[in-house]
Amino acid sequence: MRERVFKIRKLTSTSILTITGLCALWGIFWLFFIIFDVIRHGIASINLSLFLETPTPPGEPGGGLKHAFIGHFLITLGAISLGIPLGILAGTFLAEYGRNYRLSKVISFLADTMVSVPAILIGAFVYAIMVKPLGHFSGWAGSVALAIIMFPVVIRSTEHMLKLVPWTLREAAFALGAPYYKVILQVLYPAIKMGLLTGALLAIAREIGEAAPLLFTSFNNNFLSYNMSGPMASLTVTIFVYAMGPYDYWHTQAWAAAFVIAITILILNFIARIILKGGKH
Amino acid sequence: MDLGLGISKKWDYFMDKFFLFLTFLGAVLVPLFLIGILIVFLKEASLAIQKFGFVSFIFSSEWDPVFEKFGGAVPLTGTIIVAFIALILGVPIALGIAIFVSEVCPNFLKQPIRLAVDLLAAIPSIIYGLWGLFTLAPIHARYIEPFLQKVFTPIPFLGKLFEGTPLGIDLFTAGIVLSIMIIPFTASIAIESFYLVPRVLKESAYGMGATKWEVIRDVMFPYCRIGIFGGIGLSLGRALGETMAVAFALGNINNFPTSLLTPTTTVTVKLANEFTEADKDIHLSALFYLALLLYIMSLFIIGSSKYFIMRVREK
Repeated sequence: MRERVFKIRKLTSTSILTITGLCALWGIFWLFFIIFDVIRHGIASINLSLFLETPTPPGEPGGGLKHAFIGHFLITLGAISLGIPLGILAGTFLAEYGRNYRLSKVISFLADTMVSVPAILIGAFVYAIMVKPLGHFSGWAGSVALAIIMFPVVIRSTEHMLKLVPWTLREAAFALGAPYYKVILQVLYPAIKMGLLTGALLAIAREIGEAAPLLFTSFNNNFLSYNMSGPMASLTVTIFVYAMGPYDYWHTQAWAAAFVIAITILILNFIARIILKGGKH
Repeated sequence: MDLGLGISKKWDYFMDKFFLFLTFLGAVLVPLFLIGILIVFLKEASLAIQKFGFVSFIFSSEWDPVFEKFGGAVPLTGTIIVAFIALILGVPIALGIAIFVSEVCPNFLKQPIRLAVDLLAAIPSIIYGLWGLFTLAPIHARYIEPFLQKVFTPIPFLGKLFEGTPLGIDLFTAGIVLSIMIIPFTASIAIESFYLVPRVLKESAYGMGATKWEVIRDVMFPYCRIGIFGGIGLSLGRALGETMAVAFALGNINNFPTSLLTPTTTVTVKLANEFTEADKDIHLSALFYLALLLYIMSLFIIGSSKYFIMRVREK
């Protein structure tokens, strides 16, 4: 009788632990399925004219996504130059000047919450404050929306990095008579520059695949445009429009764009990991 | 007194205050954004709030831009049902992965599996959507859904869930795609909190002769309860606000779903599809009303789960 109870308990344990292994396989299965699918479709549809040519009129196969590549690049550049400096400043306040205030703890918590606010709501917000008053969609509005998405991510990583710097390093600089801003700019930022770079890369990797916030802000444009004050094409919105569209060659180009985005994100994550590993030794 | 030194001291003082002010400005932007979004949504939605009120808006399923009648019942229900399906399918898997990584698998597998989980989180939702539309939906329509129908139709209650024509663009596909997307959120928080369980606690349970599963169930789960709740909450927040993946796989039809194989709509899908096409003020305002409701819902869920997770980390 006792023997049987033991056997049953052992059997239950082993079978449930086996199931957890299957759970891991399930997750890995989908990951590889998605990645291989994107690579398979992407490689089949990628070619030089994708990067060098602008779209043909709808329904005429051919052409490329040059307009979306350039638009995406400009919008992202705008977002980076807004979101990253602001995020670093805010993170600096939370970890340095404001480290003893209750307010900083609250703001840090709010920033953490802001990271998970649905991206499409950020898009609707920027639509209401920029697109509606100005009366037209613009690349700048897209940049602002993406910057708002990057902002809390950069805050969190900056704050985290600064808190890792030992307090004695600051005291050494204070002892030389340096004011706080010089300690931050000339001692702390150089000390965490690799960390800041990693944080920035991960924030860019997060933001570069966003489509929802661009739908109502930079909108879309079928023509090549360098004008950030007008509607602008982006890779992600193009994927959305092309995938929903009726033409086969649109679908092919959507896969190609998805492939390029996926590769970019993988590379950014990879570099960030290498920097992090290098910094530890 | 050296004059030069005095000036530089004053300069330093000024610069320090200036830099303090700059960083403070950056930090204050966070609450300003969060409150600003609320105020802007309230203002933009005021037209719809005045016209439809709260109760009649969330219980009315009419969505008719021509006759200017708007109710949010369908997208709100759709949002909750899709998120619920994703949680039911995704959370057990995520917890399984967390147990496997922290308790079962050999050391050399831990890093690769965690990397895989991180990568699942790094794939942008538009790629999940594209893949769901072009790869998963046809597979579902051709093989999986007819199979499920065959299996479940004879069973009285479950059969109802799989009624209808298997088209692939439906609740079921959207739920599967979302369930994959939310795995990393629950899994990584659960792994993190499993590592925080004191060794002594586990060892004393093993010492009493408990099996591995009994230790996990009776020692680790109760100890990590709060962290796991937090992780599930994060997954839920993600599932409620997800747009692109659902937009591809769910369709945008303003009907209540009658089974898992019918298309419906969610708040986010409605926003994505109709926002730029709404030419009447009241239509746009009704969309902002939906956005407002989603915003309040997600802030509440995300905020409380982050609070749980913060409490675990402070331990």
